[in-house]
Amino acid sequence: MAIEIVQQPSVGLSKIAVSETHGEDSPYFAGWKAYDENPYHETQNPSGVIQMGLAENQVSFDLLEEYLEANLEAANWGKKVSGFRENALFQDYHGLQSFRKAMASFMEQVRGGKAKFNPDRVVLTAGATAANELLTFILADPGDALLVPTPYYPGFDRDLRWRTGVQIVPIHCESANNFQITPEALEAAYDHARSMNIKVRGVLITNPSNPLGATIQRKVLEEILDFATRKNIHLVSDEIYSGSAFYADEFVSIAEVLESRNYKDSERCHIVYSLSKDLGLPGFRVGTVYSYNDQVVTTARRMSSFTLISSQTQFLLASMLSDKEFTQKYIKINRERLKKRYEMIINGLKKAGIECLQGNAGLFCWMNLSPYLEDATIESELAIWKTIMHEVKLNISPGSSCHCSEPGWFRVCFANMSEETLEVALSRIHEFIKRKQDRQVLCMM
Amino acid sequence: MLSKKASVDSHGEESSYFMGLQEYEKNPYDPVHNPSGIIQLGLAENQLSMELLESWLEKNSDVTGFKEDGGSIFKELALFQDYHGLPTFKKELAEFMEEIRGKRVRMDPNKVVLTAGSTSANETLMFCLADAGDVFLIPTPYYPGYDRDLKWRTGVEIVPIQCTSSNYFRITKFALEEAYKQAQKQNLNVKGILITNPSNPLGTTMSKEEIDIVINFCMTKLIHIVSDEIFSATVFSSPKFVSILEALPERNLQDSIAMNLVHVVYSLSKDLGLSGFRVGMIYSNNKMVISAATKMSSFGLISSQTQHLISNILGDKKFMKYYMKENARRLKKRHEMLVSKLKRIGIRCLRSNAGLFCWVNMRHLLSCDTFEAEFELWNKILCNIKLNISPGSSCHCSEPGWFRICFANVSEEMLQVSMQRMKVFVETVIGDQIRHRNMQISFSRKPLVTKWAFGLSSFDHQLDR
Repeated sequence: MAIEIVQQPSVGLSKIAVSETHGEDSPYFAGWKAYDENPYHETQNPSGVIQMGLAENQVSFDLLEEYLEANLEAANWGKKVSGFRENALFQDYHGLQSFRKAMASFMEQVRGGKAKFNPDRVVLTAGATAANELLTFILADPGDALLVPTPYYPGFDRDLRWRTGVQIVPIHCESANNFQITPEALEAAYDHARSMNIKVRGVLITNPSNPLGATIQRKVLEEILDFATRKNIHLVSDEIYSGSAFYADEFVSIAEVLESRNYKDSERCHIVYSLSKDLGLPGFRVGTVYSYNDQVVTTARRMSSFTLISSQTQFLLASMLSDKEFTQKYIKINRERLKKRYEMIINGLKKAGIECLQGNAGLFCWMNLSPYLEDATIESELAIWKTIMHEVKLNISPGSSCHCSEPGWFRVCFANMSEETLEVALSRIHEFIKRKQDRQVLCMM
Repeated sequence: MLSKKASVDSHGEESSYFMGLQEYEKNPYDPVHNPSGIIQLGLAENQLSMELLESWLEKNSDVTGFKEDGGSIFKELALFQDYHGLPTFKKELAEFMEEIRGKRVRMDPNKVVLTAGSTSANETLMFCLADAGDVFLIPTPYYPGYDRDLKWRTGVEIVPIQCTSSNYFRITKFALEEAYKQAQKQNLNVKGILITNPSNPLGTTMSKEEIDIVINFCMTKLIHIVSDEIFSATVFSSPKFVSILEALPERNLQDSIAMNLVHVVYSLSKDLGLSGFRVGMIYSNNKMVISAATKMSSFGLISSQTQHLISNILGDKKFMKYYMKENARRLKKRHEMLVSKLKRIGIRCLRSNAGLFCWVNMRHLLSCDTFEAEFELWNKILCNIKLNISPGSSCHCSEPGWFRICFANVSEEMLQVSMQRMKVFVETVIGDQIRHRNMQISFSRKPLVTKWAFGLSSFDHQLDR
C-alpha cells in the first residue's frame, strides 16, 4: 500500500524571496564549488584549485598591520575613558564626522588632489553593495532601467535589480575598440529601452572598470556626461577601484570632469566608493555614496539606517585615514605592487601565447582566449572554462558571466594570492596552452 | 527626477518622535555647561552597564588588537565577508539567546542570519515575507521606527491591531479579528503579524496566554509571525520573559506549520547597549526564509571586526552571567526611581517589568481628551520644561494622553532634575485647571464635579492591579 504523505499547507514567501534574481543559482557558482572542495595550498595541497575568480587585494596588508602596531589606540578607543562608551552608542546615520572627513580626504588623495570632496556629501553604507542598491532605490522606480556598459561585474544583476525591481539594459561594448563606451552604443541602449517602453533613469559606469581592468578615458567620460545631460538622466560612477590604478595620472574621476565644468548640472552625478578593494578590507563593510545632489544626500542618509557601518570600524578607520603621511605612502606603494603583479601576469600569459586587453588598473586582467575556442559561441567559452576549472585547476571568470557580447574573454585575478602561487598558476596555463597547441599540430598531421 | 520612494515621506522623519530628537540636538542638557538645556528622555538606549563592558575591554586588549594565540588575525578578519557570518560569532549569539530564555529553548546557529542591526533585520523579513501592497498587522502602541523600517522601501502596509488601556493594552482575539477585517475591507492581503516582546513602548512582557492567542490566530489564517525580541534581556522583574519560540514545541499536531511561520528578530543594541556596532539577527526554522534572508544580508553585513569582538565578549560566559544579572538589577532600580517619583506628583505608569522606558499616563493633564491636546501637552513639556518625551500618538496609540519616558539613557542626576522639572510643571498645569474650573463653577448655576478629579481617581483604580 502506498504511503500517503500529508502535504502541509505552507505560507508563501514574497515574490522577491523566491525569485532567482539574486543570481546565485547560475552555473558560474560551479567554479566556486570546485575551489571550495579542493582549495590549493602551497604545501598541503599543491595540486588543488587556485582561486583566480576573487577580486581581492592582498598585496598591501603588511602596510596596514604596520600602522596598527604603531597605533594601538585606533582599535582600542584611545586613552579617553569615555571613548568606548560614546562610540558604542553612536548610531547617528550622519556617521562619525571624523570618519567622513577622513574618507573625503582619502578620496582626494587617491585622485592626487585633482578633485575636492566635501565631507557633508559623504553618505556611509555597509559596503559598495549596499551603496549601489541604495542609489538604485533612490534614482529609479520598479520597472525602470539603468544602462550599464558590458562587460560588467556580475554582482550588479543582484545589487541593482533584486529588491529594487529595476532593470539593467546593457550598453554593448566591443573588443574592436578595446571595449570603450561609444556615443553610438549609449544611444542604441537608450533606444532599445524605449522601444520596450522602459523608462531609463540613469547610466551606471565602473571606473576603473571591472572586469576590464582599465580606466575610462577623459574624453569618454565627457561624452557619457553629455549623453546623460541630453537625456536628463542620472550618472552613477562606481569608482571603487580608483586607488588601484597603476599610474595615478591615468585615472580620471568624474569628479574632475565636474570640477572642470564648475559643477554645472552636477546634480545628476553620484559616486560610489568603498575600502574593500583599495585597502583590502571587504570584511569591514565600508562603502560610501557621494552625491552632488542635495536631495539624494538627504534621502541616502536616511536610507543608510538599513546599512550603517559599525561605529567601532568607523573609529578605527577614521584614525588610519586621517594619517595623511600613512595614506600617501600606502596609496603609492599599493599602486606599485599592483602594477608589478599585473606585469607579471601579462608577461607570463604572453609567454604562453595568450593576449590580454591593455589594462592599467584593478586587481585582474581581461584575458582573450577566443583563438582557442572551438567556435565563437558561449557554449565553447563555457566548455573551455570547465576544462580550465577541472583539468588546469584554476577558477577564473568567464566573460559570459559578465554579460560580455563576445565569447572567449575571461577575467583573471592576480592580487588575491602570493607571487609564488601566481607563478604556479601561470605555469599551469603555459602547460595547458602548450598541450592544446600540440594537439592541434597532431590533428593537422 | 528621483524615485517615488525618495519623494514620499514614509521615512517618517516629519513625526514628532523625530522632531523631538532634532530639538534636543540643538540644545542638549549638560549639568555644567547647559543646565537649562533639553533632557533627552525620548531615546531608548541602555547606558546603565557600559562600564562593565569597559572593564572587560581593559582586561582583554588582545581582542581589539586583532591578536589571537600569539598571532595576528587582522588579515583573516579584514578579508572575511562571507554572508554566513563568522561561525564562532553565530555560535556565541545562539548560546547567549538560549541563556536569555533560561535554556528553555535550543537555538541552532545555522538558523541565524546576521544583519546590520534589527532595523535591517525587520526590513529584510518584510522583503522576504510580503510583496509590495501586502499588509502586516501590528499591535498599537508600537515603536515609531516601524513605519519606516517595515514600509518605506518594501511597499508593505501596516494595519494596526488596536489595543486599549481597559485591559492594559494586551492583544485580544477580538482586536486581531477586527484588524484583519479592516485589511480585508481595504482589499489588502495580510501576510503576517509583527509583535514586539517585551513591548516597546509599553515595557511589558507578553503572557503565555497572549502569545497563544497570536499563534492560534496566525495558524488559522496561515500568516507569518515576526517576534521582535530585542528587549528580551532587559526584563528586570516578574513575570519572566516567555519567547515565542518557547510556545512552539508544545503544539504537537501542527508543529511543522507553526515552525515555518515564526521568525524572531534580535539585536545587541538594547540589551548590551551597543547600538553603534550594528549587531542584529533573524532567527527562523523556515529554511526558505533563512536562505533568502542570508543572501539579502549582503546589503547589510556586520563588520567582521565587530563580529570578532562581540564573539569574544559573549564567549566569556562568566562575565556575561554577571553582566546580565547586574544589568537587570540596575534597570530595576532606575525603573523604580522613575515610577516612584512620578507617583509622588500624581502621575501613574503602566505596570511594567522590562524595557528601558515607562508607559506613562498623563491623561489628567490634557485640556481635553484629544490628540491635539496631547500634542499641545508634548510641545509644552518640550518647550517650557525642556524635556523630550515621546507622545503616544507617535506610537499610534488609540487613546490620547499616554507618553513614553526613557530612564536608562540618562544619569541618575539627570533623571532627578527631570522629575523636579515635571513636578513644577504638573503643579502649574493642575493649578491652571483648578483656576479654570473655579471660574466655570462661579459662572454656572449647578455645582460641577471637576471632571479631571473624577477621571483621575477612576484611572487610579484601573492601574493599581
